[in-house]
Amino acid sequence: MITIKDVHKAFGDNRVLAGVNMHVAAGHSMVIIGGSGTGKSVLLKCVLGLITPDSGTIEVNGVNPNSGDRDAFLDMFGMLFQGGALFDSLPVWQNVAFRLLQGKHRLSKKDAYDIAVEKLRRVGLKASVANQLPAELSGGMQKRVGLARAIAAEPEIIFFDEPTTGLDPIMSGVINELIREIVVEMGATAMTITHDMSSVRAIADEVAMLHEGVVQWTGKVGDMDESGDPYLDQFINARPEGPIESVR
Amino acid sequence: MIQAIDGFFARIGRATLGLFESIGTLVLFALTAVSHMFRPSFYFGALGRQLLHIGFYSLPVVGLTALFTGGALALQIYSGGSRFNAEAVVPSVVAIAMVRELGPVLGGLMVAGRVSASIAAELGTMRVTEQIDALTTLSTNPMKYLVAPRIMAATLVMPVLVFIGDTIGIMGGFLVGTQRLAFNGSTYLQNTWDFLEIQDVTSGLAKAAVFGFIVALMGCYHGYNSGRGAQGVGRATTNAVVSASVLILASNYLLTELFF
Repeated sequence: MITIKDVHKAFGDNRVLAGVNMHVAAGHSMVIIGGSGTGKSVLLKCVLGLITPDSGTIEVNGVNPNSGDRDAFLDMFGMLFQGGALFDSLPVWQNVAFRLLQGKHRLSKKDAYDIAVEKLRRVGLKASVANQLPAELSGGMQKRVGLARAIAAEPEIIFFDEPTTGLDPIMSGVINELIREIVVEMGATAMTITHDMSSVRAIADEVAMLHEGVVQWTGKVGDMDESGDPYLDQFINARPEGPIESVR
Repeated sequence: MIQAIDGFFARIGRATLGLFESIGTLVLFALTAVSHMFRPSFYFGALGRQLLHIGFYSLPVVGLTALFTGGALALQIYSGGSRFNAEAVVPSVVAIAMVRELGPVLGGLMVAGRVSASIAAELGTMRVTEQIDALTTLSTNPMKYLVAPRIMAATLVMPVLVFIGDTIGIMGGFLVGTQRLAFNGSTYLQNTWDFLEIQDVTSGLAKAAVFGFIVALMGCYHGYNSGRGAQGVGRATTNAVVSASVLILASNYLLTELFF
């Protein structure tokens, strides 16, 4: 369960988050949408404790990100980064099993390799990929490896940052389907940032739209089309005219 | 008029505060990195890779620099010494100059060009592509995993590199001395050995360790705090090399005063 209360964050004069309130129930999938620069990634990084908010409170299963045992806190999470963020110098299997090889897990190389191969298979990749370097893979394959890494330690909460950016529509569909299946299968809580409306409809239980640093609209994915909110309506229908200025 | 004077002092004030802020951030970064060297977990694999990367792969550039510098030094000292019939000082002065000054400083500068730039580019790219954030989300402290092994490796390996460079530099002087300036080989080596004191060597190696620390620290600091995009990484790389080079030269003076 993730609870975000009145979170503010500014970088110099640039106010990014201006009082964000949000609640994600355990086992639910929340998708955050909004234009570029509306603070979606900053919010995600605040929840992870990578950025400290100026004010407000964040609790993940009752724990504040910046207090107590950071390793134990971060062990709750898996994250798929926008560009994959795979470690260039490590082969694919070591990327996937990175967390399993250190910290509290410290598995033997053989056990970690076996789990990595199993997770790679789960995301539709062959075992032969395990010994390749990330640079040898296509963008779609790198996303799958990133996804395998995110689920390798079977976290309670998974974050997806723009999971389909840069992929063709078919590969986007495949990734969306995988995310949905895996989240349901693991019973994990998921938070996703995306601009891709097909992702939203495929992944989300609930949707929150950020605009000018606050939650403009939040509700169930099925209620999106009939929300009556002009901002959300403009965004999901990709209309240049409306209350959201198209020139930023 | 008063406004212009006000503005002038405000600019100086802002620049001064900015300078102190940068120094403070760098010192905190260095202290954090050093503290991680002595606290578990230790990444021995990462340390080994950095020892190889920073030490072994820098050998050719340090060796060649030392070889040619030793040779040139022998010619210059011979040329100067012959004006007052002191050609015999060539072996001892080449050795002392290489060991106390030129070996550590030139080695430091060459390694700064190669290693600072490479560390800054690598960490800068990792920052831009969110690999550093990914490390954190995988419960791995990037300062411990990326920064501490690099700084420790450079500090440990730089004295070894400089020692090898010193030896090659002296050999460069020996080759020029015997082949070009007609010194007797065994006399040249005897003079080198007789006039070289242990403190000459230790002070040079102590300098080398400090320069190694500076080289890796500057590379890590600028790479870790790199700006966005290719331009940010490029700027980090340039800043790493320039700041490492300037700090090596500045600290060289201070260390020379210390060992004088």
